[in-house]
Amino acid sequence: MPTRTAIVGVGQTDYRFKRTDVTIQELTQEAAAKALAHARMEMGEIDAFVLGVAPDALIGIDNVDRWMGQALGVAPRPQLRVNTGGTTGAAAAQAGYVHVASGMVRTVMVVAADKVSESPDAQWVLNTAMDPVYERSIALNAINMCSFQAVRQMQQYGLTEHQLASVAVRSRQNAGANPHAHLRRPVTLDEVLSSRYVCWPLKLLDCCPRSSGACAVIMAAESVVAAGHTRAAWIRGMGATSNTIYMGDKMGPGRRTDHADWDELALAAATAYRRAGISDPLAQIDVAEIYAPFTCTEIAAVEALGFCDKGRGGLLSEQGMFAMDGPMPVNPSGGVLSANPISATALARVAEAALQVMGDAGARQVPGARRAVATGIGGTLQFHTCMVLASDM
Amino acid sequence: MSDGAPAGQPLIHPGQWNIHYDYAVGDTARQFFTDLRDHARIMGRRCPGCQAVLVPPRAYCERCFVKTTDWVEVGPLGTIEAFTIVYEPFDGLPRPPYVVAYVTLDGASTAMANFVTGVDLSVPAAAAQRLALGNRVEAVFADPREGLITDFHFRLA
Ligand SMILES: [Zn+2]
Repeated sequence: MPTRTAIVGVGQTDYRFKRTDVTIQELTQEAAAKALAHARMEMGEIDAFVLGVAPDALIGIDNVDRWMGQALGVAPRPQLRVNTGGTTGAAAAQAGYVHVASGMVRTVMVVAADKVSESPDAQWVLNTAMDPVYERSIALNAINMCSFQAVRQMQQYGLTEHQLASVAVRSRQNAGANPHAHLRRPVTLDEVLSSRYVCWPLKLLDCCPRSSGACAVIMAAESVVAAGHTRAAWIRGMGATSNTIYMGDKMGPGRRTDHADWDELALAAATAYRRAGISDPLAQIDVAEIYAPFTCTEIAAVEALGFCDKGRGGLLSEQGMFAMDGPMPVNPSGGVLSANPISATALARVAEAALQVMGDAGARQVPGARRAVATGIGGTLQFHTCMVLASDM
Repeated sequence: MSDGAPAGQPLIHPGQWNIHYDYAVGDTARQFFTDLRDHARIMGRRCPGCQAVLVPPRAYCERCFVKTTDWVEVGPLGTIEAFTIVYEPFDGLPRPPYVVAYVTLDGASTAMANFVTGVDLSVPAAAAQRLALGNRVEAVFADPREGLITDFHFRLA
């Protein structure tokens, strides 16, 4: 029986393109200090640390987690680095949860940070994520791998560019209420639809920015929560899956999952829901923080999370189902489309979901939210995580 | 910024990573690229378990976790499974616009990525229609060939 575990503190820096006033270590300290203040804890009360860092080359310091741990005064406690590409922050949260749930430690701090503005060569780094033998010369990148998903959604389900644009408009609308968001200026449907094509069918405003910033989350065992915390976001369910790195394996006649869909996320969600006792996600979940770096990826995710049938997500987005005042608010924070501090992005989904069920989400609070779901996606769309958080144990 | 508002100009120290690699492709890919270069043919590997013909070929069928055995020629005709038209320049990638598609070559169980040429890309919607999923393409081989994945590309059949 796992130890009951809750998030008791959350700290986020503002996400901005550049932070020239701090090093990556100092950025890490900023988020950690905020999380400790939120949890009303001191660093000495943390038993272990999980650091989420995606490719080192984006920051330009090899194994930069060593410096981040030092900055947190980890010694002599254990620290562990997690890297699963875009999923990194959520995978770090998964590792942190397992730490506490195992009973081996009572508290853990999960921290992720990125400073992606410091190299003009980030695209060269991302290019190296592709297999050098069969795929790297074919100009695959993080955007067009999602374009392949979008064209399959368009062909199989009739997803439209207008429906995609509705996701961007809603995200940026929500971001206006989130002081941490990087892009807070609202955009109109016309602006999205008339923005230039990057990788057809995805346009500039269908795509996330890249941001600098850090996020920290403190998790604690039931005994710690009972002794000193009035607010807690209980981790009620966690699921994680992986799938083939070859996108072409999800397309041919031999495919077992389809690149249009996120059956892998549905599988992760099924595990998380089962553990959390969720049988009717639409009725039982009050808010979702979805890792969606592109508009099309959010559509695949709302379907995989069971909020609607496959192929219906685009239409329902257009009709307002996922708006703040709709039946299933998605990404009150503005989501990844409004801030993308790469290593920390998926952890920010967990943090925002936790704030919602704690009732601490400020102007972006979904009134009365009691259950929230947070997702992470990364690699070549191969890693998926799903966490269910609740205000009650 | 709500925290640590910068006072004055930032101080910037330059840095550089300079890394070269010589990737050994292994025996399976070596055979694939040798067939491609010397015989202008695209070969897949069959899994003795699930009978899937894996293209690009791999030493193991990862699903069954058994070694693949027979080489099977696939294509040169195939079917578009997904595509994108890249209109934006990316560092280290070709000058836009260009098309990348995943294509299931006839006889293959999986799709493989490569460039598609010969489509007028000036009107995105019209180009997208010509590249619709299910449309047929054929592999066109470069001459001379160097034993690289760019030794072939696709064009509409
Ligand atoms: Zn097999």
